[in-house]
Amino acid sequence: MKLKAFLGTIAVTMTAAGAASAELQFSDDPTVKGRQIAEESDRRDQGFKDSESEMLMILENEYGETSQRELRQKTLEVPDPNLGDKSMIVFDVPKDVEGTSLLTHAKILDPDDQWMFLPAVKRVKRISSSNKSGPFMGSEFAFEDFSSQEVGKYDYKWLRDEPCPEPVADRTCHVGERYPLYENSGYTKQISWTDTTDYQARKVEYYDRKGDHLKTLWLRDYKQYLGQYWRAHELYMENHVKGKKTTLKWLNYQFQVGLDDQDFSEASLKRAR
Amino acid sequence: MLKVRPSLLAIGVCMGLGSPLAAEDMDLDLSGFIEPEIRYFIEDGSDPKQDEYNLSLSVDLEVEMLWGRDRQLVINPFGRVDQNDPNRTHVDLREFKYLHVFPNDWEVRVGVDRVFWGVTESIHVIDIINQTDQVENVDDEDALGQPMVKLGIPTDLGLFEFYYLPYSRERTFPSRAGRPRTDFLVDVDNPVFESPAENWNQDFAVRWSQFIGAFDIGVSHFSGTGRDPIFRPTFTGTEVKLTPFYPQIDQSSVDVQATIGPVLYKFEGFSRNEFGERYYAATGGIEYSFYQAFGTQGDLGIVAEYVYDSRGNEEATTPFANDAFLGFRWAQNNEQSATLLVGSLVDVETGAMSIGLEAETRYRQNYFITLEGRFFSNIPDDDLLFSSADDGFMQLRVQRFF
Repeated sequence: MKLKAFLGTIAVTMTAAGAASAELQFSDDPTVKGRQIAEESDRRDQGFKDSESEMLMILENEYGETSQRELRQKTLEVPDPNLGDKSMIVFDVPKDVEGTSLLTHAKILDPDDQWMFLPAVKRVKRISSSNKSGPFMGSEFAFEDFSSQEVGKYDYKWLRDEPCPEPVADRTCHVGERYPLYENSGYTKQISWTDTTDYQARKVEYYDRKGDHLKTLWLRDYKQYLGQYWRAHELYMENHVKGKKTTLKWLNYQFQVGLDDQDFSEASLKRAR
Repeated sequence: MLKVRPSLLAIGVCMGLGSPLAAEDMDLDLSGFIEPEIRYFIEDGSDPKQDEYNLSLSVDLEVEMLWGRDRQLVINPFGRVDQNDPNRTHVDLREFKYLHVFPNDWEVRVGVDRVFWGVTESIHVIDIINQTDQVENVDDEDALGQPMVKLGIPTDLGLFEFYYLPYSRERTFPSRAGRPRTDFLVDVDNPVFESPAENWNQDFAVRWSQFIGAFDIGVSHFSGTGRDPIFRPTFTGTEVKLTPFYPQIDQSSVDVQATIGPVLYKFEGFSRNEFGERYYAATGGIEYSFYQAFGTQGDLGIVAEYVYDSRGNEEATTPFANDAFLGFRWAQNNEQSATLLVGSLVDVETGAMSIGLEAETRYRQNYFITLEGRFFSNIPDDDLLFSSADDGFMQLRVQRFF
């Protein structure tokens, strides 16, 4: 269960690196093994309780022109495996959307419950969350890339083990496919590289509805919190069809700051700042 | 946004408030915008003082002081200078509130604030806490700051909100040279109130809201000075003016939205008691979104709503008693967040039509440009909109944020 930004499953977690992975017993069936790898990633992130962080998003179009977005995110871990985590995003930049806030109560296969607060008219709007494949804030990240990543959202298939992508090419990665089970996904499959030392995602390739290679995501600059929870601090997404790129930089992660359900309610949405 | 911790200023503010708020924990955020506007009216005005063109400039400042997650002080003054309309040249304190969240999650707001109730897009039927700032625009989206004490109590059975509203604001209306306006001037200087306390009638409201699965439900009650004035033609010696009369009302309302896949089903309506008589008004409809429409990045949203008022066209104090709304919203989903809105309200009985167009886009990082058009067509001479029907206009606004 995690919503740690959008990089939930993508960016996973780990405690005692090498030791733990040596004990893992994977099935010979590649579909089972693929799921076991995702479960291991998920297991290592359990218990983070809540987190706060800031994000800087840099959009680069096909002509190399850039623009920026800034937001802050709060996440509450929901221990029930049949539910996703809760999150609150407050936009700071661009300034025409400053104070706009997005509250999400994530689900596994059902659509998330989602509300938006529009500060200019002080209005809370329940919004449809079925727009999975649309761009988030005009970026190369889709809403589904940015939502709570849960084991139950996909079927899996382990493909092979191979050296991880740079800058950790000295490590070994599990390479596996996953197939979205929720409705309205823009993808037929994703191929992910999961580091066998810490069970963190290093790279993800996205394949669109026609099966073509649409985007690639690289996850870098991992840091560990509370001696257990890993978070990537730089995510670089390249759209191979449009030639556009988006970089996300996560800053000032804080864990277990004491958030509870009331920080993810309609009342808190109306006072989010 | 400017996030700083200026200890000197913070100390000064806290001393000024005489509050125990700790200066060292305060986050100060200053933001705002300045927005030039030009309007072009397509037809000549009914009054020789009215012009085809109008220039205007507005400024909006917001000062936020935050102490952790539990305490906020927000000050949001707004001002406009208008070339032709002295009534549109105005300042208003949109917000000046102190917000406190207690350890049991009860929330108290004291001061001036804006509260919105409702779910529909075409007309905001049940929204009542704040008065409309009518000179700003005709789309009913701008509100005057409302003094209040508000208590919010979240429970497992939903959110309960209690409002004490010690003072009611009067609706703003254009002056003689202002456009768009009715041919008869609204006599804003001589409003009449049913309450002997006039603006100082003590109003109260309560609201319960909850979401259950796909449903968001709200039930509200308001008791006090009505925000919609009734107009009484008054001969002032030289001309007939419309005197705004603010009755005492009791309004019970309900608002429901069901969010199912890409479809939003919406309904809001009230039962209102005014002069001992009860009447009803409601709006309902659907909003449907096609994501990545026509194989592009863009989203197409379609809104279809129906507006009903039991008083009928003859007696209703709003122009919308039996109207159908159809609107389209195109969101380009590009870096500039370009959006196009087209909407039309049609009176089902008379065919009277009002049309709104809005095209907006971000420019660079700190500008937001909005091109807007408001037109009226086929308005019969007994319609409340009739005398403004020659005031269709185009307007361009350029917001510069800082």
